[in-house]
Amino acid sequence: MALKKVKGTLERVLDKNLQDLVRGIRNHKENEGKYIAECIDEIKQELRQENQAVKANAVNKLIYLQMLGYDISWAAFHIIEVMSSTKYTIKRIGYIAASQSFHESTDVLMLTTNMIRKDLSSQNMYDAGIALSGLSCFVTPDLARDLANDIMTLMTSTRPYLRKKAVLIMYKVFLQFPEALRPAFPRLKEKLEDPDQGVQSAAVNVICELARKNPQNYLSLAPLFFKLMTSSTNNWVLIKIIKLFSALTPLEPRLGKKLIEPLTNLIHSTSAMSLLYECINTVIAGIPNHTASIQLCVQKLRILIEDSDQNLKYLGLLAMSKILATHPKSVQSHKDLILQCLDDKDESIRLRALDLIYGMVSKKNLMEIVKKLMVHMDKAEGTHYRDELLAKIVEISSQSNYQYITNFEWYVSVLVELTRMEGTRHGRMIASQMLDVAIRVQAIRPFAVAQMALLLENSYILANNSQRNGICEVLYAAAWICGEFSQHLKNPREALEAMLKPKITTLPGHIQSVFVQNILKLFGSILKTLEENEDQENMKELCQLLTSKLPIFVQSADLEVQERACCMLQLVKYVQKLIEKGAKVGDEVGGLFAGDLNPVAPKAQRKVPVPEGLDLDKWINEPLSESSSDEEPTTSIFAINHEDSKSFYKEEKRNVPEPTEEELEKRREQRKIEQMHNPHYLRMDKKSKKASKVEETEESPVMQIDLSIPLHVPGLASSDKYLKLASQDREKSRKKTKHGKQKKKKKGQPEEESDEDVAAQHAVSTLVDMPEGANTSDKEDERNSSDPFKRLDMDLDQPLRDDEILPVRSHRIVVDSLEPGDEEVKPKKKHKKVKDKDKEEKKKHRKEGKEKKSKKKQKSDEASGSASNLLMTGESSPEHVPVANGLPQSAEQEKADQEKENDLDFWMNNNSTEPSKTTENEIKTPEVNVEYANVSSEEESQKEKKTKKKKEKKPKKEKKSKKDKKSLRADYEEAEGITTPSKEQVPPSQADTPAAVQLPSMSSYVTLGENDSIKMTYDIRTSHQRGDQIIVSVVFSNLTEHTIKDLEFNVMETMNLKLIRSMGSTHHDPIKVPFILLPNSQNEGQFAFTVHEIKVAQKLKGTLTYILKMNEGSTHEKVDFKLGFPCSFFLVATPCKGSGFTTLLESGDLTEKSSIQFTPQDSEFQIILAKVCFYHHFRVVEQVEKNASVYSKSIQGHPVCLLIKKINGDIKIDGKSTEGNLLSNVLQEIKTTLV
Amino acid sequence: MIKAILVFNNHGKPRLSKFYQYFPEDVQQQIVRETFHLVSKRDDNVCNFLEGGRLIGGSDYKIIYRHYATLFFVFCVDSSESELGILDLIQVFVETLDKCFENVCELDLIFHVDKVHNILSELVMGGMVLETNMSEILTRIEEQSKLEKSEAGITAAPARAVSAMKDMNLPQKIKDIKLPDLPNILKN
Repeated sequence: MALKKVKGTLERVLDKNLQDLVRGIRNHKENEGKYIAECIDEIKQELRQENQAVKANAVNKLIYLQMLGYDISWAAFHIIEVMSSTKYTIKRIGYIAASQSFHESTDVLMLTTNMIRKDLSSQNMYDAGIALSGLSCFVTPDLARDLANDIMTLMTSTRPYLRKKAVLIMYKVFLQFPEALRPAFPRLKEKLEDPDQGVQSAAVNVICELARKNPQNYLSLAPLFFKLMTSSTNNWVLIKIIKLFSALTPLEPRLGKKLIEPLTNLIHSTSAMSLLYECINTVIAGIPNHTASIQLCVQKLRILIEDSDQNLKYLGLLAMSKILATHPKSVQSHKDLILQCLDDKDESIRLRALDLIYGMVSKKNLMEIVKKLMVHMDKAEGTHYRDELLAKIVEISSQSNYQYITNFEWYVSVLVELTRMEGTRHGRMIASQMLDVAIRVQAIRPFAVAQMALLLENSYILANNSQRNGICEVLYAAAWICGEFSQHLKNPREALEAMLKPKITTLPGHIQSVFVQNILKLFGSILKTLEENEDQENMKELCQLLTSKLPIFVQSADLEVQERACCMLQLVKYVQKLIEKGAKVGDEVGGLFAGDLNPVAPKAQRKVPVPEGLDLDKWINEPLSESSSDEEPTTSIFAINHEDSKSFYKEEKRNVPEPTEEELEKRREQRKIEQMHNPHYLRMDKKSKKASKVEETEESPVMQIDLSIPLHVPGLASSDKYLKLASQDREKSRKKTKHGKQKKKKKGQPEEESDEDVAAQHAVSTLVDMPEGANTSDKEDERNSSDPFKRLDMDLDQPLRDDEILPVRSHRIVVDSLEPGDEEVKPKKKHKKVKDKDKEEKKKHRKEGKEKKSKKKQKSDEASGSASNLLMTGESSPEHVPVANGLPQSAEQEKADQEKENDLDFWMNNNSTEPSKTTENEIKTPEVNVEYANVSSEEESQKEKKTKKKKEKKPKKEKKSKKDKKSLRADYEEAEGITTPSKEQVPPSQADTPAAVQLPSMSSYVTLGENDSIKMTYDIRTSHQRGDQIIVSVVFSNLTEHTIKDLEFNVMETMNLKLIRSMGSTHHDPIKVPFILLPNSQNEGQFAFTVHEIKVAQKLKGTLTYILKMNEGSTHEKVDFKLGFPCSFFLVATPCKGSGFTTLLESGDLTEKSSIQFTPQDSEFQIILAKVCFYHHFRVVEQVEKNASVYSKSIQGHPVCLLIKKINGDIKIDGKSTEGNLLSNVLQEIKTTLV
Repeated sequence: MIKAILVFNNHGKPRLSKFYQYFPEDVQQQIVRETFHLVSKRDDNVCNFLEGGRLIGGSDYKIIYRHYATLFFVFCVDSSESELGILDLIQVFVETLDKCFENVCELDLIFHVDKVHNILSELVMGGMVLETNMSEILTRIEEQSKLEKSEAGITAAPARAVSAMKDMNLPQKIKDIKLPDLPNILKN
């Protein structure tokens, strides 16, 4: 055997390993492909062998080949074989290969379910670790469904490493199996407060990812995140939380208000740029109305942009562009900086600066900026940047209805100039701009038509580039404008001839169709003029020209072109016949295209309301049963063409079917009436309307410019002259304030624009066509239903329903024997009438608090819980618990919901009083204001509690402090100690719902000191988050009829315990208590201490001084006290599952042992247990009759395990821990409590 | 979410590719080529963020990269990640590699892709940042390599000897990756 093994090893040595493969590939540079093919053959050989190590080696090589682009899906089965190895090293190779090559459609994945489940529950932490890592890459809906439960179990593992990974992978599970989200959510929420930073960070990460897509469902977590934000020091966590808030704040404006302070504090204080940047982002997204904060952000951003670090510059510009949307003025003041960034050598930065340009333009500088961008465009390398520039020029010029354009001639020239840019993809955009301007700015039409005619004449330049979306698209616009506004053409005949050039046939089909259509328009108008001049000769000749040239279009491969050309040719022939007969046809032909056109509003089509009784999804004719397959190719050609032209029309904002004059007139009337009565309609300014009329009727300035600069030189218009013109003009107007008799007539201009002192020369019509009864809201359609995140959109605050449990593998028989709707799996253990008991259970819950639970019942309860667990997991570990919720009573549910809502509302509203308070504190104690913020809110809730005390107990901020929760728990009749593992599974929303209040008087508040006028009780609170900090919460009660004020709290610090004071104060300075005490009232203040040593109990001497304000004057008094810190106070009750507990005990980590025996005061074991749990912060892990094991953990992470036994009236406690002193001190303290 | 992590050298040769979203192999290669094309033409003193690149696509995505000596480390992330945070994560990744390989150089990455994968899986899991604390990462890696050694045991000795022999003909390793002292923007 051994010999065989050695032999195997030796053989393996001679195999090619990964390093050899890499080396080989490097040595065969010239015939790499061949060499790799050989290697793959070898690998196939190796995979066929029995030896696991050989296989693993082969798979390892495959991973490398996969990276080089070789498909390794054929080896999927072998990869699974390697994954199933018992050796960690080999298994890991398998999982890596799987994560590199498996995906949802890898069919062998369904074989892996059980193997992965086994690995997840492996004793070796790293086995489970790699399984989780691997699974995260190839999880499928099936795997997610089958393994969700196992992963849930790992979320409560004792090892942070596994918890962390399990929490993180849940996100992937949710994506694949959304049904898991609700059952898993309570536990996920729990992990937000995990003692381990990594786990916490993972949970924050997952919730942030979830909330990014469906923020409204996570609003209720805001208080919790707020707390985390103010307490966490981990920048990664902070960044994620702050990012999360930026998604939440738009939904809840009150949250934004609450965030102002902590965010601005962070912005001021943090040195981490990443954090600063995210804070700024959240301020922008969340509280855009808070001008002071925005100003601060803009200032900080300027610093970022001015930084020499290009990354900061980039991010600064990015954030700036977000501010631009809400506060354009604040950004505009940094115009210099942004324009400077346009010249940056870094393209990413230039692109970002371009985004900002949008907000920088004004009437005055538009021309300059566009000029600058065009210069950039000439210099720019790479089409991407050039296209961006082009798009940006169009965008800034056309924004808000060409608001900033004063001279449209200039703009048309710019557009014409842009057509000379090579290789652009924005031909269509330029074309639609040309059309839009020509249609909507009536005064510019003559000029535009002249320019377009020039373009047509030079069409050969543009037609060369006939790629889709290329610059040739402008010809579409040119042809249409020349045809539609042919009355402005100087020489229609020339234009017509230009459009009939054979070169045109090389253009894309949809452009040719427009050419054909507009040839007809031109034909009509020319005919009409000729007819007026009675020029029969030319008319005939014109018809001749068309009938000879049109056939080139008739032969077109494009059906649309062909159809139109045929139709036209016949028409022309008919007209020709009529002319020969001497009939007058000019008017009739012209009548074909009479009437004005308005652009159609974007989305108008979609907004046509569906008439009542029309079902769009119903078949008009039954669909053909089967279409023959050879028909398909033709339909697809049609489809492409169709789509192509349709999308173009949409962009061009124009109706295709042309209504008759009459109809148009009628519609126009209708529309006008409608608009008059519709308050939402943006009516065209009367003044501007007048203006356009004036310009139309009067001699438009265009002509004059045309005269001064001859445009008919070959080549196209240049926009530069307008820039000069504009500046000259401005100078002139500066010199002469009034010059009414200038050649540019300005009296038609609306007066209100004079604030800009540059007046627009042309009016833009804002008239657009909209269907009647259309919905005017611009809201975009809902998200695509195929979006995976839509499935994750669910209400997480609703208590779980019975059927909402994670699917668990179980034997069929068991499932069958279940009654439908019975959420508790029947336990098989000794209890026979469990079903009845279950029912009793339910009833009991219904009347909760009124009936006394018998001990026996509790037990059966508990047993049924654990028994069902056994069944559900199918293995012997009791750690697994169904996530189903046992008590969904509708009434209670409602109550819980309502309370929850109140809760959030309360937290949100809470801040209305808070800021004033905290700012007061802030002045004196800027350093500790985080704590104080907490304190004061705590006070609020305390007060609130008091007022409501008599009515009903109201859960305060959920989970706000562990202690709160605990005291609520203590309100249950059986106090904390009896909490069974199954109960801990109850989601917090339920757990926090208090039943009736019947308190066994267990209060952890201990008297600290008192005199005639004041009494202090205190309690100590610990948190998982801060291992070095505890909070002492002191309740000050005023026993007098007078007001007490100026309370000052001070202690003598020791090396171990230090009071956290405000910055700048020495350790002698007292801390001011931030409230006054009204007569006979009480209030709570919290003081934070840092702790270094927790093994021994501590005591601090301290004094409280205050001023008692009486009618006859005030007196200064003081109370001395001793603040005791027993060891138990450094423990944090931590839930622990049975199996985790056992592993912990077996691990051998707990080296220190100690035990104690005494006779307790109480005889009832339950009460003893409850006291231990309540006063000493333990959690019950397991209880069997009069034995119980309990668990707790110190704030510094030392576990403490106790076994409590009752032997003949005596109590014996055995304890194990990693820290001996702590353990024995705790035991002594327990003894003191119980004896 | 991180969509992909790529490492390639100055000539565009892939040294590590990890996709957290499925692409067929040929598309992966195309992405690597395209990304290389985008990244390689940029100067060293420009910013480390890039938009565009149609394959990795979507306006929500961004390329964040760092250039160390002969290697480019490229992360493609969406808007839920902090840009500067990811830059720091790259730094953590490279520093971890440096610790694990003792002065990491391109050759280390070439010959020990598997090890690089293992290290990466301690930082990022399924496209989400798992751990950023370097000492924690290093402890985990050490523990795993201990486990590896204990499993290999005595039987691995001959294999190690042979690979040592093979290593002798290896051209002298060039330790050329020097970590520049970047300002640690994000320190835990």
